[in-house]
Amino acid sequence: MIAVRGLSAIYRKELEDHFSSTRFTLVLTVVLMVSLLMSWMTATSVRKELEGFAKPSLVFLVLFTSSGAMFSFAQFVAFFGPLIGLVLGFDAINRERALRTLPKLVSQPVHRDAVINGKFLAGLTTVGVLLTALVAMIAGLGLRVLGVVPGWEEIGRLALYLLVSAIYVGFWLGLAILGSVVFRGMATSALAVLALWIFLAFFVPVVASLAADALAPVPPTPTMEDIPVVLQNEQIKRAVSYVSPMTLYSDATAVLLDPMRKTTRSLVLLGPMERLSLTRFQNPLPLAQSALVAAPHLLLLVAGTFVVFALCYATFMRQEIRA
Amino acid sequence: MAEPVVQTIELTKRYGAQVAVDRLTLEVSEGEVFGFLGPNGAGKTTTILMLLGLSEPSSGTARVCGLDPTRAPVPVKRLVGYLPENVGFYEDMTGYDNLQYVTRLNGVRDRDARPRIEGALETVGLAGERRKRVGAYSKGMRQRLGIAEVLVRQPRVVFLDEPTVGLDPDATQRMLELIRSLSRDQGMTVFLSSHLLDQVQRVSDRVGIMLAGRLVAAGPIDELARRSLGVDQARYTLEEIFMRYFRQEQPAAAPAGR
Repeated sequence: MIAVRGLSAIYRKELEDHFSSTRFTLVLTVVLMVSLLMSWMTATSVRKELEGFAKPSLVFLVLFTSSGAMFSFAQFVAFFGPLIGLVLGFDAINRERALRTLPKLVSQPVHRDAVINGKFLAGLTTVGVLLTALVAMIAGLGLRVLGVVPGWEEIGRLALYLLVSAIYVGFWLGLAILGSVVFRGMATSALAVLALWIFLAFFVPVVASLAADALAPVPPTPTMEDIPVVLQNEQIKRAVSYVSPMTLYSDATAVLLDPMRKTTRSLVLLGPMERLSLTRFQNPLPLAQSALVAAPHLLLLVAGTFVVFALCYATFMRQEIRA
Repeated sequence: MAEPVVQTIELTKRYGAQVAVDRLTLEVSEGEVFGFLGPNGAGKTTTILMLLGLSEPSSGTARVCGLDPTRAPVPVKRLVGYLPENVGFYEDMTGYDNLQYVTRLNGVRDRDARPRIEGALETVGLAGERRKRVGAYSKGMRQRLGIAEVLVRQPRVVFLDEPTVGLDPDATQRMLELIRSLSRDQGMTVFLSSHLLDQVQRVSDRVGIMLAGRLVAAGPIDELARRSLGVDQARYTLEEIFMRYFRQEQPAAAPAGR
């Protein structure tokens, strides 16, 4: 019982620290500003396009998926969401070391894992609150500008989207905490996790293309006989790009937020039955079917988050803590 | 005979080939102030970490209040207080808030913690500074706040690791009085690790001398004086007793002419 109280005490303190920190205020301001601006531009352009027409079903979700003048809210979270996780976690443990509070903390009657669990849970809660607030504000903006009330189907899709987004940012939060466990210096851990983010965000697609071209080179002017090579090239590219959680998240949320999308694969890789179903059946997919389509990506994302946190946990538990 | 509050039998800690603590056997009785002496790197902090369950012994056993800290670290930590060398605090929080966090970690409800915190701050002379951020505290005030952290937990045993290092003479005097009062007024057992021999001599009932990971002597200071120098303690300081053991154990490292 006392150990659970210890976990809740650490969780509570970390949560207070996050919400009262300058860095959280800065992140919140930037994210809020950009996402509201994007959604406003999207909402006004959708309103103009719909003038004089009956409002189509599931139009509310367009607020989150339409690129508008810059990029969509979903694309924004896919790209900048990791930064929220990194900012919240890069100094979680090494800051305690720098302040010399870690020996004192673990000498209290709490299990050692309460420290890492409390910090991860508090970070995850902060991310959840931040994302929920953002989605709620954009939804409010949509109600005002579009005059459309979201249906249960759309609310369900948004709730699932929020859950997946929290897991996605949780992956980066876990990675940032791992950096803070491994590296003693706060600046070093910040740089290391930032470098990893840059690699996974920008370089994995490049590496995927290079690997695909090296293993299945496509001639400059492909003919019908080159179709198997083109397919192989595309398959390799997809397989390598799944190393990046950003690709997994983008593909999964694109299906969850757009009921008209019936696959996560590119048109090149569609089989004959999938092509047929796409041309013959034009109705939107129900939420359960969309979730089924995105399930492999979601499972990989959840597994990745668990693996990162398990690494973080095991490394922290094995470290010797000295005064 | 009452069971010792702290007991180690052949306690050993190795880091690879290096032996930090070598077959340490000692006992500390309830309510006494035990001075744990030794130069830097003698294995004092490593011993304390093993007694707190924060470091696993390579071999041997340790018991604190009858419990094994390796197997039951949380129940042991519930009974002990620990003031590390260079104690750290959350600099942006006030002294009061730092203590409140410690009480929460110990499962004390906020309404029950309030009188404990007020009392502890009063005891260490920081009642007037309770709302000041710890970042603005002096070194002496921080050490006293560390003692207050120990007090709010109301432990049976207190481990103090070099509590007077870096303090000015006035702050050192206050700290030593506080340490003595932990045993005298609060009935706590104090395990005081230090390399400042004159200070240990002023507050300890018994001392143990650690050299290169080994306990070379343990007992009341007058007994050690008789044993090592063959004279009454009143004529010799603890430093002279210590140096005798130091020369015996590490003749090459001892300064000439002592």
